[in-house]
Amino acid sequence: MSPADGSGPGLVGKPVARPNIRRLIHGKGRYTDDITVPHMLHVAFVRSPYGHARINGIDASMAETSPGVVRIVTGAEVAEICKPMHAVAAHRPGHKSAVQNMLATDHACYQGEPVAAVVAASRAEAEDAVDLVIVDWEELPAVMDMMEALEPGATPIHAELGDNLCFQHATRTGDVDSALAAAAFTVEHEFEFGRHTAVTLEGRAILADWDPVEERLTVHQSHQSPYQMQDIYSRHLGIPEHKVQVITPDIGGGFGLKINVHGEEVAVVAISKMMGRPVKYTADRMDSFVADCQTRDHLNTAKMGVDANGKITSMDYDNTLSVGPYTAYIRFGLAEGMMAITCAAAPYALTDYHARTRAVYVNKGIVGMFRGVGVPVGCTVTEVLVDQAAAKAGVDPVEFRRSNFHRDEDYPLTTVGGYAAKSMSLHRCLDACVDIMDYDALRTDQAQAREANVYRGVGVATFVEAAAFGPVYYGPSGARVSTQDGCTVKLEPSGVVRCMTSVTDQGQGTLTGIAQIVADQLGIGMDDIDVISGDSATTPYGGGAWASRGMAMGGEAALQAGKALKANILDLAASILQTTADTLTLGGGEIRDVATGEARMDLAELAKVGYFRQDTLPTGTQPELMVTRHHVPNTPYYVANGVQGAQVEIDIETGFIKLLGWWMADDCGRVVNPLMVDEQIRGGIIQGIGNTLYEHSQYDETGQLMNASLADYLLPMAGEMPDIKIAHVETPLTNTELGANGIGESGTIGAIAVLWCAVNDALRPLGAQVTKQPFTPEHILDVIAKAGR
Amino acid sequence: MRGHLSLRRRQCQNRGMTEETTEISLTVNGEQVTRTVPVRRHLVDFLRLDLNLTGSHLACEHGVCGACTVRVDGVVARGCLMLAVQANGADVVTIEGLSASGEVADLQMEFETRNAAQCGFCTPGMVMTSAELLAQMTSGGGVPDREVIRDHLSGNLCRCTGYQAIIDAVEATAKARARIATGDSA
Repeated sequence: MSPADGSGPGLVGKPVARPNIRRLIHGKGRYTDDITVPHMLHVAFVRSPYGHARINGIDASMAETSPGVVRIVTGAEVAEICKPMHAVAAHRPGHKSAVQNMLATDHACYQGEPVAAVVAASRAEAEDAVDLVIVDWEELPAVMDMMEALEPGATPIHAELGDNLCFQHATRTGDVDSALAAAAFTVEHEFEFGRHTAVTLEGRAILADWDPVEERLTVHQSHQSPYQMQDIYSRHLGIPEHKVQVITPDIGGGFGLKINVHGEEVAVVAISKMMGRPVKYTADRMDSFVADCQTRDHLNTAKMGVDANGKITSMDYDNTLSVGPYTAYIRFGLAEGMMAITCAAAPYALTDYHARTRAVYVNKGIVGMFRGVGVPVGCTVTEVLVDQAAAKAGVDPVEFRRSNFHRDEDYPLTTVGGYAAKSMSLHRCLDACVDIMDYDALRTDQAQAREANVYRGVGVATFVEAAAFGPVYYGPSGARVSTQDGCTVKLEPSGVVRCMTSVTDQGQGTLTGIAQIVADQLGIGMDDIDVISGDSATTPYGGGAWASRGMAMGGEAALQAGKALKANILDLAASILQTTADTLTLGGGEIRDVATGEARMDLAELAKVGYFRQDTLPTGTQPELMVTRHHVPNTPYYVANGVQGAQVEIDIETGFIKLLGWWMADDCGRVVNPLMVDEQIRGGIIQGIGNTLYEHSQYDETGQLMNASLADYLLPMAGEMPDIKIAHVETPLTNTELGANGIGESGTIGAIAVLWCAVNDALRPLGAQVTKQPFTPEHILDVIAKAGR
Repeated sequence: MRGHLSLRRRQCQNRGMTEETTEISLTVNGEQVTRTVPVRRHLVDFLRLDLNLTGSHLACEHGVCGACTVRVDGVVARGCLMLAVQANGADVVTIEGLSASGEVADLQMEFETRNAAQCGFCTPGMVMTSAELLAQMTSGGGVPDREVIRDHLSGNLCRCTGYQAIIDAVEATAKARARIATGDSA
């Protein structure tokens, strides 16, 4: 979006490369673990070897004599100076959670829960001594099965809560029982989503430096929100907020994991404060598997009713998920289930809907935020049922979707699950996706392959993503989550520009997009602008990176800040040039005459007057060459949507699934930078494929995590992944001037659903359908065998 | 950092003993270095902790992810699967040295223009591993097709990009080098 007079270079919408990518490609990235400060100590944690155990005592005497060890800090010592976490959502009646200490003090509730810290001169020496800390464990029965955990008489993990039900919520639109009873036919299915984890390549890392002289805390942390963590450290450790600075340097992957609050990270800050020295902790891969917040772990049953005209009328959906032993601080693990039942059925014009979600406490890792947050679950449940209904109706699944989508003329509308949508581009995205996949050719290929006894499947799935949450969502919950983002834009004396944004960038390219937006407003090129982010002390307050909000929120704040600075620059220029501001504009680094485009003065000359030669200005002129603007959304969220297509081949002898092709048509509003958007899509899709085919944090019945290494926990590698073709349907949001919507989670959400659809499509001639992810070869063979019986 | 942190209580083999060290001499990025290192220190910890070469990253510490990939005596190696003492006398090149040499400047430019890195944590390993494939091509391997590139990079985990842009970058570099080699400037 170049300025209306066309004077700007028009960077928005162009595939501009990231200025900040070069250092990463040259090995010059600066991640938290790369940072070393004088007098620094290292931490390793003593963790619970049991899924559930009482801690009767800790004997650190042997560990304290281990080489390099400076101190052993127990959970109880941390609790003396650090308030515990208690995540109870004020806006969710009936929600309950136990108080959680940063390190467990007397009750460990999942394998890997930290109970004590070894502080030593080196990480290796700290790890040596971890094995020498003698904890008097009393193993307790582990609650592992979420359905058994809900049974009357099941032992509650936390006695004070009475039972293991964390939260339940039901939503009802219309009369689903009558509608299902009246349906021409129904389809129903079971869906299990295995528990998995984020696997950021860089583990969580923190370097906390408490200066006991100034009583000032400086933290470098691999985190998506420095502001959130500033707030946490201030409140939990009683440090005045203006004495807390949290810096987030280069971050080796976030994906939602690094928006969570992990107790051990707060404990590292407490230890630094206790010892008056800098302390560093980097999660190694074992730490990450057992103690990173995890995700999914849902059991679902759902039923869909269709009338005699092939119209979906109704859906009844039951969702249960396990959230670990505590509700994740500070954002709650409830969103996994709430998002699932809210987003379900969203693309379709049904009238009768009932859904229930129950969140259950079990002795597994804590469920926190991860890319997609429950939406892949509700989306998949819907899309699989839609395919089954289409098959039962004998209608092509694309046609069936087309005839059941909301009509373009029906917006604004509220979906049966409760999404308020100003508009969606479902039909256009479906057309675009079918077009780039060459859908008819894929169906022909499928038929030919089947004659050769080859089982190929074609999937098409629609997704709807609520992105960029506004204050209506977290505000009433009591959680101190900022839904506002800000941007400061400063003209430097040489005529170049610096931005300070509250948005953080873990590789998405958001900072590049912000530079493009501001540069367009000020009529300059990418070489003349730099963006600073990730410092809670020096940048505007905001949310950081979460819920696909960077461009939608931070981009709009940047646009408004750039616009305001432009106005100030033109006011000053008018004063200098003795004309009026409305006769001037910016372009090519110059102040120009609007009518003729003639350059009147360059930005450096203007800045020189503004900063050094105010004596030449009319008395009383106050140049304001630095401006800050914020943006907070005026709706609960912005609704983005799209369609994915996939082609797979299943070897029915081995159960292996081969990915033959992948397509996505996406509408994320204004595309600020197609290069970044496409890579968000591709990366998101590959993560969704990993979640669906490979990833699974497998616990045994005693609470032992069986595959806590990258050798045992499978992830997508280059060899098995498909190339992905993308089409954009661009409907700028009308909520903001920029019009950009979220894109970060769309790839993952749709990929999971479409893979279920494509695999089921391949298995349909065998009468088989998958019921649980990941789709291991064993599961594929199981469902085929079951169907053959 | 050590690869396997046992969650089960177990005996420490060298309790209370002074850490055993030894002196090593090797070439790192063309510079001769001599250091006394703990014998248990693996190569990538040596590079990061002793030489402050932080471009090589640690992500799994058991040879699966490729983030610590370096070149040892001309061959790519996992910095986490090799002890520093094993590199005694070796010629080690890290991403810092490879970048400075200009050997992969073309590949790095392709990474940049295609956004073939997001968080960048895997990227040094990706560049090191791709450089090996491209060097094989120069020595008579021909332009590798996409499947060959995908296979070659299948020991390097990227959690952000979806791999396609990385494959594109390597393929484009290979084709450009082939054009230069045959004198075809088209």
